[in-house]
Amino acid sequence: MNRIAPATPVADTDNRITLSLTLNGAPREGVVAPAARLSAALRDTFDCEEIKVGCDAGDCGACTVLLDGAPICACLMPAARAEGRVVETVKALAPSSGVPGKLQRAFQRHGAAQCGICTPGMLMAAEGLLRRVPQPTRPEVEEALSGVLCRCTGYSKIVSAVMDCGGADVTPPDGAVGARIERLDGLPKVLGTDLFGADGWPEGTLAVRLVRSPHHHAGFSFGDIAAWRAAHPDLHAVLTAADIPGRNCHGVIPPFADQPVFAEHVARFKGEPVAAIIGPHDVVERLDLCHFPVTWEERPAVLDIPSARAEGAPVLHEGRPGNLLTEGFVRRGAPEDALKEAAAVVEATFTTGFIEHAYIEPEAGYARRVGNRIEVWACTQAPHMDLEDLALIMDLPREAIRILPSSVGGGFGAKLDLSLQPYLALAAWVTGAPCGMVYSRRDSMMTTTKRHPSQITARIGADAEGRLLGMTVAASFNTGAYASWGPTVANRVPVHASGPYFLPAYEARAAAIHSHCAPAGAFRGFGVPQGSIAQEALFDELADALGHDRLEFRIRNALQTGQPTVTGQVFSQGVGIRACLEALRPAWAERRAAAAAFNAAQSAEGGALRRGVGVAGMWYGCGNTSLPNPSTIRVGIKADGTLVLHQGAMDIGQGANTVITQICAEALGLPVSAFTLVGADTDLTPDAGKTSASRQTFVSGAASLRAGAALRAQLLRRLNAGDDAQLQLAGSVISAGSAAFDLATLAGQENAFGYVLMAEETFDPPTSPLDENGQGEPYAAYGWGAHLAEIDVDIELGTIRVRDLVCAHDVGRAINPTLLEGQIEGGSAQGIGLALMEEFIPGRTENLHDYLIPTVGDVPRVESILIEDPDAHGPFGAKGIGEQVLIPTAPAILNALRDATGAVVRDMPATPDKVLRALQSARR
Amino acid sequence: MTQYLRPQTLPEALAALQANPELRIVAGGTDIYPSLAEDVQHANLLDITGLSALRDITRPQGGLRIGALATWSDLQAADLGPAFLALQEAGREVGSPQIQNAATVVGNLCNASPAADGTVALMALGAEVEIAGPEGQRRLRLEAFVTGVRRVDLNKGEIVTALHLPALPGRSAFVKLGTRKYLVISIAMVAAYVQLDASSRIARAAIAVGSCAPVAQRLRALEAALVGTRAKDLTSAVRPELIEGLTPITDVRGEAAYREAVVPVLVRRALARCMDP
Repeated sequence: MNRIAPATPVADTDNRITLSLTLNGAPREGVVAPAARLSAALRDTFDCEEIKVGCDAGDCGACTVLLDGAPICACLMPAARAEGRVVETVKALAPSSGVPGKLQRAFQRHGAAQCGICTPGMLMAAEGLLRRVPQPTRPEVEEALSGVLCRCTGYSKIVSAVMDCGGADVTPPDGAVGARIERLDGLPKVLGTDLFGADGWPEGTLAVRLVRSPHHHAGFSFGDIAAWRAAHPDLHAVLTAADIPGRNCHGVIPPFADQPVFAEHVARFKGEPVAAIIGPHDVVERLDLCHFPVTWEERPAVLDIPSARAEGAPVLHEGRPGNLLTEGFVRRGAPEDALKEAAAVVEATFTTGFIEHAYIEPEAGYARRVGNRIEVWACTQAPHMDLEDLALIMDLPREAIRILPSSVGGGFGAKLDLSLQPYLALAAWVTGAPCGMVYSRRDSMMTTTKRHPSQITARIGADAEGRLLGMTVAASFNTGAYASWGPTVANRVPVHASGPYFLPAYEARAAAIHSHCAPAGAFRGFGVPQGSIAQEALFDELADALGHDRLEFRIRNALQTGQPTVTGQVFSQGVGIRACLEALRPAWAERRAAAAAFNAAQSAEGGALRRGVGVAGMWYGCGNTSLPNPSTIRVGIKADGTLVLHQGAMDIGQGANTVITQICAEALGLPVSAFTLVGADTDLTPDAGKTSASRQTFVSGAASLRAGAALRAQLLRRLNAGDDAQLQLAGSVISAGSAAFDLATLAGQENAFGYVLMAEETFDPPTSPLDENGQGEPYAAYGWGAHLAEIDVDIELGTIRVRDLVCAHDVGRAINPTLLEGQIEGGSAQGIGLALMEEFIPGRTENLHDYLIPTVGDVPRVESILIEDPDAHGPFGAKGIGEQVLIPTAPAILNALRDATGAVVRDMPATPDKVLRALQSARR
Repeated sequence: MTQYLRPQTLPEALAALQANPELRIVAGGTDIYPSLAEDVQHANLLDITGLSALRDITRPQGGLRIGALATWSDLQAADLGPAFLALQEAGREVGSPQIQNAATVVGNLCNASPAADGTVALMALGAEVEIAGPEGQRRLRLEAFVTGVRRVDLNKGEIVTALHLPALPGRSAFVKLGTRKYLVISIAMVAAYVQLDASSRIARAAIAVGSCAPVAQRLRALEAALVGTRAKDLTSAVRPELIEGLTPITDVRGEAAYREAVVPVLVRRALARCMDP
């Protein structure tokens, strides 16, 4: 509540005040700028880095603290107003340092924290409620949490944790594969001690601020930078392209690398950096960059596919005429002929817009020079890729670069690309001081990668029995100003656009087209979700045209072992789509009947609601498409018995730290609790590849299994024990039954890593190149799944509420069911956003109140059905899940809309205005 | 030179404004701080939250007086009866609980966003604005106070001190339409107030619509036509041609034609809630 505080202390000449408050129970004093955001003042002056800043606009709630017991957004309150008041952060919830309180334990127990960036805010919002209402109802909890956005979890486990705050605190199992163990890196997340990119900077870190293009497309020239610099003597450096020691170019796919660190002469998207200014924080923040000596000459910009392809359109890159970056192609059989034989053919064009990742942690980090090495602490999904590109930019040997990933407050694909790392490294190199930067929400949304907008035309035919005969797909993707992951999208979509079905004849092409927009890159699914919308929507129309049940139509055509995929790959095992679809049969029958009854009643009483049920299937190849994709994992044991797992698979909230350890524990035969984790850190962990393409469980997990098994073999040899021996580790003594071996006897024989016994193993999934018709074996395994959505449509307003999702996924083997449910609940929430509300419009929706992502009130109940059809290559049969979970949600919702009302929306997102228009067309 | 002042009395605040007319008045801060973005360093702020006399919510002669520092949460906590439900319901839609704990009712009005949920409810309930200035106090109707997008009739040196709502015997309701459930800027919203006669027909209706014109609009032609209407006849009685004065635009939240199409629906639903026995 907005109680009246005592008189504000008088400001000194520097307009700063001494603020006195009660912070987490203790009286505290500190000197702050009175108008500073309370969030910034608490972080900077009172060392409260547990307060997370996601937007500085009250849109995300990450900075929620209790002020005299009531939750507020600390980013919206002048610091001076905290004078004499009681402020509590997440640290107030812990009875003593490092010991979680009841609510924090409940979060851990339920897996309510994934990346952990929203967790302190969520906890404080919940605490505010629980103090007033100790046993809240679900609606009360949802309302209390309604002001905090979470992009990872889909909220379900958070709500459950709050409701179970007083529940029994069961001891978590210490099991290996298959056990619902608690997230191994979860405790710091619920305590608020986890360090993200903006946290833990060294004292005296200088600020880096970027000068960015105000135009989508502009030529520019600098004035007298030296004179401007001289007029600002407190600054430490001003950097432009001329200051880059190596090459002014980076890119995640080396042959296509084209993105400058600093634009030269021409800026190709709004927000593209042209210069960096480095100096003390207060100096740099106060600068008015209007006077920076740069002259802009705005040029005509092309922002969408049609204008980028139009004759006479400005060409972004030499050597890419027509703004065509690259194309992907897959052809099998003769689809044109096959479609002529079809009893029914359906065809339509679908479009989707830019989708913003909207992780709650904007890009942040710092770099420092250590002798002739550079260390970069920042949020990333791909530490070794960052290292490679930074070495080229800095013109340093690889050994001179160390990437120290911070905890990552959500990634979803956009933190695969370099963002602020090159500026930090350059600034630290030039000034010799640690240099840090935190992107504002606007910077983050304006300049980092997005999901590709798409325009997809598909044509599909089947015979009278409902057997698919042929399909053609033509897709264009707006890949923005630079290549980023555009080639991956162009290659993946033709491989996947058939969906998980047997298509005897098929042709698909996909083009990535440049525009003057921020680069489109990787976002959970690399274009496959966009393709799935087109394919799955048309499947419903085709089934209806033939008079077949929509689910049975999919089951009839579901790919089976022994049948070739559209790339001609034949699996003898691990094809779980039929089982996923069949798992939806009971819900499909039951809910369609219930929806029919509900609609009859609504119709009779003049009600505005119509209920619908939709299904959609998906498949998704785990790992890189037909490219080497290795992961290496190291596990070692010291003479004192310390067991160390060097785990370099970036955990961005999905749970790799936990899953990779569970797999190693199972393979080694020792409990998870015996492990100490190291990493990720390019100095300390071998390359486990990037966290993308749903590959970490599958690829790094397989490396972890091999490393664990190899170390086990060494231990068994020492013990002279058989393969089925039960190992135990007590102190430095390893034993199996009566056989025992004291590792201390190996003291002095440590290898270069300090281990007396060690194993390091690599796994690279077997694939083969695609030929000119896209035929080959692009992936060693696919993940399979199917979603059922039940929705209510308000036919007078065009609004949609997703009531329920039933999600069946073939995960091969469920390593940790709680984490898998978390992926399904969180990924499907992003699918809801894609279907119903999310569209990034360059220059217009650069904040989290114009760009909407689902809140706790927009997600449904989610029932997860885990199907375990073991994969021959996966660790203990396990396959990827990260992207699989998002793909079928949007098409299932759109199919439910058509089921409920007949309305068809083919231009995403299906916002209320578009839905109402579609309803009006459907009535005509 | 940036300034931050936090006076303790109204005369001090008015004097500060006289001395520096560039000061921006900040109460809850939930609109000003987002607008400052990275520019907090350059802000000139007059923080009025020290003026404890402006905090109260009182009921003079059965009406409602909302002090300029009363937050939306303060308003939720008050027992106001059925006539003022629209205002409390609108308050629950303002941002999030965190926002409602800091944001003031008066601030929502003074920010003059076309999408201000509170303004629509205040307009339907006939609010008047109390203003203090160097010349003394003045009061004017809300319709006269909000003059355009981000524009209000507040002279330099003046501070809004309270809102006055008349005693009302009927019931009110607020209906919001947004693209997601919480934390959402309205595509359109309607507040309605209805007083019934002895035969459960509308004796007096007041309806305000937001996000469909630069300033929230009263639907006076429709209000007049609704007199005598029973709840069961609402669907036919809310005739779109009686809805005048709206000039909806197409923006990131929705198309103009969509806004036009849904306003009658929202009006019917708001009225129906007012008339629900």
